[in-house]
Amino acid sequence: MNRTRVSRRGVLKGAAAVSVVGLSAPFVRGAHAAGKLAVGFWDHWVPGANSALTKLCEEWAAKEKVDLTIDYITSQGNKNLLTIAAESQARSGHDILAFPTWQPADQAKNLEPVDDIMTELIKQNGAVNGTVEYLGRSGGKWVAVPATAGSQIKGPCSRMDLLKQHAGIDIQAMYAAGGPPKADAWTMDAFLTAAQKCHKAGVPFGVGLGQTSDSVDSAGAFFQSFGATLIDAKGNITVKSDATRQALDFYKRLIAVLPADVSAWDDASNNKWIVSGRGSMIMNPPSAWAVAKRDAPQIAEQLWTHGMPSGPNGRYAPFLPYFWGIWGFSRNKTAAKSLLMHISQPSAAEKMVIASGGYDLPAFEKLTTFKTWAEVGPPKGTLYHYPNPHNHQTLSIAAAPAPPKIAAQIYTQATMTKMAVRHAQGEAMEKTLAWAESELEGFSRS
Amino acid sequence: MVDAATGTMGVGTRAAARRRPGLFQRKSTIAFLMALPLILIIALLVLYPALYSMHLATLNKSMERFVGLGNFEFLFKRETFWMVVQQSCIFAITAVLFKALIGLFVAHFVHAIPNKGQRKWRGMLLVPWVIPPAMSTLAWFWLFDPSYSAFNWLFALVGIDPVPWLGDAYWARFSVILVNVWYGAPFFMIMYLAALKSVPEQLYEAASIDGANWWQRLWYVTLPMMRNIILITVLFSTIVTFANFDIVRVLTAGGPIDQTHVFATWAFKLGIEGGDIPLGASVSLFMLPILGLGAIFILRDINKRGNEA
Repeated sequence: MNRTRVSRRGVLKGAAAVSVVGLSAPFVRGAHAAGKLAVGFWDHWVPGANSALTKLCEEWAAKEKVDLTIDYITSQGNKNLLTIAAESQARSGHDILAFPTWQPADQAKNLEPVDDIMTELIKQNGAVNGTVEYLGRSGGKWVAVPATAGSQIKGPCSRMDLLKQHAGIDIQAMYAAGGPPKADAWTMDAFLTAAQKCHKAGVPFGVGLGQTSDSVDSAGAFFQSFGATLIDAKGNITVKSDATRQALDFYKRLIAVLPADVSAWDDASNNKWIVSGRGSMIMNPPSAWAVAKRDAPQIAEQLWTHGMPSGPNGRYAPFLPYFWGIWGFSRNKTAAKSLLMHISQPSAAEKMVIASGGYDLPAFEKLTTFKTWAEVGPPKGTLYHYPNPHNHQTLSIAAAPAPPKIAAQIYTQATMTKMAVRHAQGEAMEKTLAWAESELEGFSRS
Repeated sequence: MVDAATGTMGVGTRAAARRRPGLFQRKSTIAFLMALPLILIIALLVLYPALYSMHLATLNKSMERFVGLGNFEFLFKRETFWMVVQQSCIFAITAVLFKALIGLFVAHFVHAIPNKGQRKWRGMLLVPWVIPPAMSTLAWFWLFDPSYSAFNWLFALVGIDPVPWLGDAYWARFSVILVNVWYGAPFFMIMYLAALKSVPEQLYEAASIDGANWWQRLWYVTLPMMRNIILITVLFSTIVTFANFDIVRVLTAGGPIDQTHVFATWAFKLGIEGGDIPLGASVSLFMLPILGLGAIFILRDINKRGNEA
């Protein structure tokens, strides 16, 4: 049997020939030389908002020669949460995902730290508020970048005409567009009195007390305005306090003048309430106003987005930030970080704000004065105070300052709205507090 | 048998060797091979997720540590868990009972319709069962909507106060059971109708000759002949109703104040929305041994009756 013998000299000759051919060949840079990147963004409510984000990403991909795939994942039926859970288990899927409020802390161990991006963005765009830091940092590291798309403040959106007519409050003068609010008189007592008067007039306030995020966010802000925390930052249960009793007492009086079925409201109920013309105030981002502009323009013309009333502990507004995070298992982290830097630039943030009609909210302090919020209407200036341009109120999240993993349980189980409803339905204060304490003990397990 | 002198096999032994088929010619092997794709699909889509969820239920909240039955121990101390157990039982037992009664009642009516017109009635009565429940429940949600309930609108026309269908715990429980009965009763109806059609006419004739009235014919002829179908349908429906997710999720999401949660919706709330997957898995597995035992007893009884026959 013949056998070809490979000599050392032969191998060296071959290698030299290959090297010469390789070096002399022209340099060809492929269209996708920087590899592939798969991104899963949140599927925006506002028509057209996704396409603005797609355009920004495609510009970046063309410049950086990256083969980019974008999926928009809806939060309807918690599809986005299911995707996050599945990808985290499988350690496979997208490189970048949009993470709702509590998910960065929950997935912290599976996420690539983004301190380098955040240091640069904070230097460029100004500081972020305490809630973004509370949710986006874990173990001393930034684990996700606050996203413009999807972040929102759920402050009051009132009917100017009805508040003036039935409660004697000129909310537009209090929160005039273009200047700082003159809202010293806008307190919890004033809010409750207005709610009672509007109820009497047959146009009640519509503050949800269900188990979905709009209801929970409102309850969180009211509780914090009274200084009521269920669990403190160290993880101690602090629900049995005078502040919580005050908050529950306030809610009991408020629930008496809300629509009878607010305990069954979901995130669409408050929108429908204000658009129908039957209510005088809701707590919501500008999506309700945007729907009214399309479906009931005469009502939209009377809607004004403004700040929260102040309580004994201060003025707190419900804030719900979204984040963009990079999975630790991503194979193209460099490209992922580059994309996140690109879509967090002020010009990119402004494009998203414009496309979403003012709904989206950048988290950085220098990005709260885009022209869109001052100019959209009717009525013109209705969203001027939406991004909290004068730092008039503390942007907060329900269940803070509890450690995020415990707070997420309080939030998703809607413990605060359940406490309010139980007490309002006649359960003794101490029994409600004891029930809450038992629930909180359960949430604190490791 | 080998003949020692000639070295040849006996005629009888040769014939026996010819008759015995090879491994791949045996009926049992062929049957196994034909069923193999189904066995593999079941192993992949049912067995693996079931075993994986059992594994998850033994981990701690961050899924880093084995805790054995610690999650169940924790659950048994929770007031909300026992409330969910109670609600799931109320929901499943009431819904299955009404589905069975309505199914039996309607099946008798349809059976009484002449064959010519029966087909269209069967088709119409099956409509609730063939619509995906998530879709039909959405339509029910609009009928019960907190602010725009169509039922309340009708009530207002005749001067009746609005009913908080989904805002009050008792009405909300009533609503989810009602929708489940509406959705599931046609299944019972069609199964019972098939069973009714298989009862030999001669038995009724014999009963009539003996002077049996309608009630006695039902009690002594129809129900005993339908017994196996009733047991299987009730077992199947009980399992499916205990595991119901979509109706409660779409209609109330477990509210108000957790008072309509069933195992699946609470497991989803804890596991997926609350990020405590092991606890969610434990909740969803809680009914497994109870329903498993129930299934064994019912199926054993059916086998016994089958053998008696």
